[in-house]
Amino acid sequence: MRVTKVNNMTEKYNMPDERGHFGPYGGMFVAETLIPPIQELNAAYQRYLTDPEFIAELDADLQHYVGRPSPLYHAERWSRELGGAQIYLKREDLNHTGAHKVNNTIGQALLAKRMGKTRIIAETGAGQHGVATATVAARLGLECVVYMGAVDVARQALNVYRMKLLGAKVVAVESGSKTLKDALNEALRDWVTNVDNTFYIIGTVAGPHPYPAMVRDFQAIIGREAKQQCREMTGRLPDALVACVGGGSNAIGLFYPFIDDASVKMYGVEAAGDGIESGRHSAPLCAGRPGVLHGNRTYLMEDDDGEIIETHSISAGLDYPGVGPEHAWLKDIGRAQYVNITDNEALEGFHALTRMEGIIPALESSHAMAYTMKLAPTMKKDEIIIVSLSGRGDKDMHTMAQREGIAL
Amino acid sequence: MSRLAAKFEQLSNAGRKALIPFITAGDPHPEFTVPMMHAMVKAGADIIELGVPFSDPMADGPVIQRASERALAHKMSLRKTLMLALEFRRTDQQTPLVLMGYLNPIEAMGYENFANAAQEAQIDGVLTVDLPPEEGEECMGLLKARGIDPIFLLAPNSSEERIRKMDALGSGYLYYVSLKGVTGAGHLNTADVENKLKQIRANTRLPVGIGFGVKDAETARTVSGIGDGVVIGSALISKIEANLHDPERARVEIVELLAAMRQAMDS
Repeated sequence: MRVTKVNNMTEKYNMPDERGHFGPYGGMFVAETLIPPIQELNAAYQRYLTDPEFIAELDADLQHYVGRPSPLYHAERWSRELGGAQIYLKREDLNHTGAHKVNNTIGQALLAKRMGKTRIIAETGAGQHGVATATVAARLGLECVVYMGAVDVARQALNVYRMKLLGAKVVAVESGSKTLKDALNEALRDWVTNVDNTFYIIGTVAGPHPYPAMVRDFQAIIGREAKQQCREMTGRLPDALVACVGGGSNAIGLFYPFIDDASVKMYGVEAAGDGIESGRHSAPLCAGRPGVLHGNRTYLMEDDDGEIIETHSISAGLDYPGVGPEHAWLKDIGRAQYVNITDNEALEGFHALTRMEGIIPALESSHAMAYTMKLAPTMKKDEIIIVSLSGRGDKDMHTMAQREGIAL
Repeated sequence: MSRLAAKFEQLSNAGRKALIPFITAGDPHPEFTVPMMHAMVKAGADIIELGVPFSDPMADGPVIQRASERALAHKMSLRKTLMLALEFRRTDQQTPLVLMGYLNPIEAMGYENFANAAQEAQIDGVLTVDLPPEEGEECMGLLKARGIDPIFLLAPNSSEERIRKMDALGSGYLYYVSLKGVTGAGHLNTADVENKLKQIRANTRLPVGIGFGVKDAETARTVSGIGDGVVIGSALISKIEANLHDPERARVEIVELLAAMRQAMDS
């Protein structure tokens, strides 16, 4: 495996290649039984991506069911308080089901329906993707099974209950570290067993090709809207974008439509947990190295023998040892910068947004907020940051209360 | 001729089928593995598949997952697996040895380092579950250049085109995954396997080993009537798991099961 460094990008960005490679990253590293369904999925995705009827149905659902476009909100008070750049929040927390995840599940579920699949499976960490999947499955009348690490089932009980109300079966995964990566393993095992009738809705820009590109394309509505809204509100492009990165779907959704706009800086915020130096974190781009997991080559948290090591983050949605392969590529070519925020810093971001703007962010999004608190004061007052507020914090009330010693 | 090709030719001439047991290196502890391998050969094994433990074995059912976890608890690794293989070779120069595992430990070691180390350990074949031919050119090329056979999987849903691709790129044997699912799952449908094997044989001259779903002497007999080799993994590892307090007992039970399978396949 070779990692190519490309420092100047003069051509228009056009990734991945036809086999799903972002430079040395991405690809299709799966067992033979999954090759036919992945090829079938890729064919359907390529076909419907440009099908006017499919696009029209997707757009209508995004508008009337999800509630798009989501607002771009100028957080004036918080911007003033921080004393630097003007902060605009892309309000994905206002989507139906409370996070950006539904942009993707709507799209994949429509694909599943067209492919004649009757059963939907998904993995979930924080439960947001599981809820978004259970939601669209309920709406389309499809059977739904969600795999969730047993540790996450315990810390995201509210979302487990929501999924069950929506008619999904939630399977607590007891293998390995009992978190998101193990849920993904178990979902892949289910898929390999039930390939004929089952559609696997992956929730992030990871997995084998075409998932990283497909999920990105469904999430890119975040960045397309933000770009247009920013122009309408300010007459120009933003100077910086900030988004949290676990697998990286909200970040790539925001970044992708801006990749060719060289003046726009991009910051992906990984979870540093107890701190990078503690080793207890979930920051493969900041502190990992390339390897192959879950169908693609990307940066991973692994030991010297190539065994995946356990990750840590206060936010279940960022608690993953890999990251989308496109982020690995954007890091290597220097187009995006990847930084990290500890659990404690994320909590400061959580409280700051809550108290300054009356918006309670998800713990995942709180990492982006915390980095914004560092970044904004270093920028001029007429500069603009767009921050992805990828989800709302209702699901995290128990974690927060517990952390602060409060019995609910 | 590679040790694997020679073994299949020799078996074919004798009108016999290959018995191919799988165990995970280092399960339940590293000292168990090499004596177990020798005992399996004595019980009638023709080829041994040695599993390299991995933290995230996505294609494996719970039995082999737990075997990986037990081995990793003893710090087993790809390097240490190769050391066990070499130890086995010191006293057995005949039995072909196939490494079976996932790509990431190989990536971590580096393809060239791995190919060299596998050659030094006198490995005969490498089966990497999550490395399809599309992604495997570089790694497989390095192995082939050192006389190591790349073993590819075929599945019930593999197209004729893919069977021909595996025939062109693979050597040693092809491993037919007899059911859609993970290792150790369900019951295999004999008629389905027979039909698929007709299609596979029409598109390859490589021997075909059949695995996933072989549980006992009876299924081994049935499967050996269809393919050129019978792979058995989870059923053996279940014996280890049932006797964690008494590995000697596990060894005896594994030997008994393999001997019964051998007898059923030869009768």
